[in-house]
Amino acid sequence: MSVPLLSAKGLTVRHGQLTALHGIDLDLAPGEVFAVVGANGAGKSTLLRTLAGLHPPGGRIRLEDVDITGLSPHERVRRGLVMVPEGRRLFRSLSVAENILLGTVCGRRGGWDLDRVLELFPWMRDRRRERVDHLSGGEQQQVAIGRALVANPRVLLLDEISLGLAPVVVRQIYRTLPTLLEGDTSILLVEQDVRQALRAASRFQCLLEGRTTLAGRPGDHTAEEVEAAYFGFAGTATA
Amino acid sequence: MIWVNAVIQGLLLGGLFALFACGLSLLFGVLGIINLAHGDLAVLGAYVAVALLPSVHTNVLWALLFVPPLFAVFGYVSQRTVMGRSMRSGPLTTLLVTFGLSVVIQNALLEGFSADSHSFTLGALTTRSLHPASDISLSWLRMGILVVAVLVLVVVQLFLSRTGIGRQIRALADDDEAAAITGVNTRHVAAIAAAVAFATVALAGLAFGTYAQFSPTSGSNLLIFAFEAVIIGGLGSLWGTLAGGCVLGLAQTIGAQIDPTFGVLAGHLVFLAVLAVRPNGLMPATVEA
Repeated sequence: MSVPLLSAKGLTVRHGQLTALHGIDLDLAPGEVFAVVGANGAGKSTLLRTLAGLHPPGGRIRLEDVDITGLSPHERVRRGLVMVPEGRRLFRSLSVAENILLGTVCGRRGGWDLDRVLELFPWMRDRRRERVDHLSGGEQQQVAIGRALVANPRVLLLDEISLGLAPVVVRQIYRTLPTLLEGDTSILLVEQDVRQALRAASRFQCLLEGRTTLAGRPGDHTAEEVEAAYFGFAGTATA
Repeated sequence: MIWVNAVIQGLLLGGLFALFACGLSLLFGVLGIINLAHGDLAVLGAYVAVALLPSVHTNVLWALLFVPPLFAVFGYVSQRTVMGRSMRSGPLTTLLVTFGLSVVIQNALLEGFSADSHSFTLGALTTRSLHPASDISLSWLRMGILVVAVLVLVVVQLFLSRTGIGRQIRALADDDEAAAITGVNTRHVAAIAAAVAFATVALAGLAFGTYAQFSPTSGSNLLIFAFEAVIIGGLGSLWGTLAGGCVLGLAQTIGAQIDPTFGVLAGHLVFLAVLAVRPNGLMPATVEA
């Protein structure tokens, strides 16, 4: 790989006595969809939150070959590292449009704006003034994605975007991923749903208890290998 | 007519309480800070005017030009330094820091101005009133304070709902971590919220100085009234603050009408009753459009 768009070296995160990440390395190429999979508590969300600037890590994080380890979350957004957090985390006192526009506060200039988000998710056009707590889970997820897109990210961090959603809604959201990749955006997605994640990603990394147990391209490993890495044993059922 | 007058006086008094409570409500609603120095900050605002106005006979309206802006700067700097740092250590630390600030302000004022009382003049406006009926008195000063309180609440509400910074403040109030990863500079935005809150506190202090005499230790009572107005109205709700102020004012004036010594106690009893029956207040909400 040439110079990676996003690179993490030796990321270690401690929550008090507990070490959530043990020296994780990760490289993300431009225009790539990269999946981080693992069971509950594997450290996936901690990894994404660390990359977004919510946990001070040991190790280094570089974006477009610039060290961003010490930058605050909003400074990372300004440089193009934008996160869609687990559970959507929308602002309930703001309308749909206000939630999305908040993403422009510190974002970069580019092809994404409110109008383009409304084109991507046409249902929002008539409901842009509604408060977000009146929306379904899938609609809220789309608002969260729209809020991240208008920041015109170079790297989009998607944390468990399928969590709590009906399979049909999850498929709908995953169908929008190719659109999100336009403009050379890369996606780093974290999922418990291994099948969904590996279908979408060109490369993946499996975490278990804060350590990398498997990495590579989805086609390079059997389902049994992925399952063994996922659960920490050599299983026989499909992953 | 005496009772009608008591109701009118209660509503007018409510304007002053709402003005006091506005900053407290904003700081709590946005930053989760229970500011124990709130009353003392209001008194400090009044003393800044005492110190900077050329004489005690100068119209206090001149102080509006410099005291609220000075306090806005003070609020911004405090939030970026002492209060912001204490918030990162937890809510108890913030409570202790604001308590410490309260003690420091009181003692510094005693040292600098002695325990003597002061008040402001607004010229003839201080004593003039309308008498639409016998036993009914509408003080121009008290009506002015109510109008200022409503104006301040309207302006703060418009600021929060119509401006970009206001939207960021509301986002911060909803979820500070999500605001940060959305691109909000949380420390700067929190400091702007504190600046607005401090400016309204200063305004309340000036209003109080035209209404009654104040001394370095007046802040404790003001804090209690502001707390009661905020809690009666609903924590973090700006319009609830106005409602809370008016309910508290009504309770005090009607109580005083029953027995002149019962007024303040009546306010406390209504506050306790609201806490028992509707602990979230009459109009509970976070800061919102």
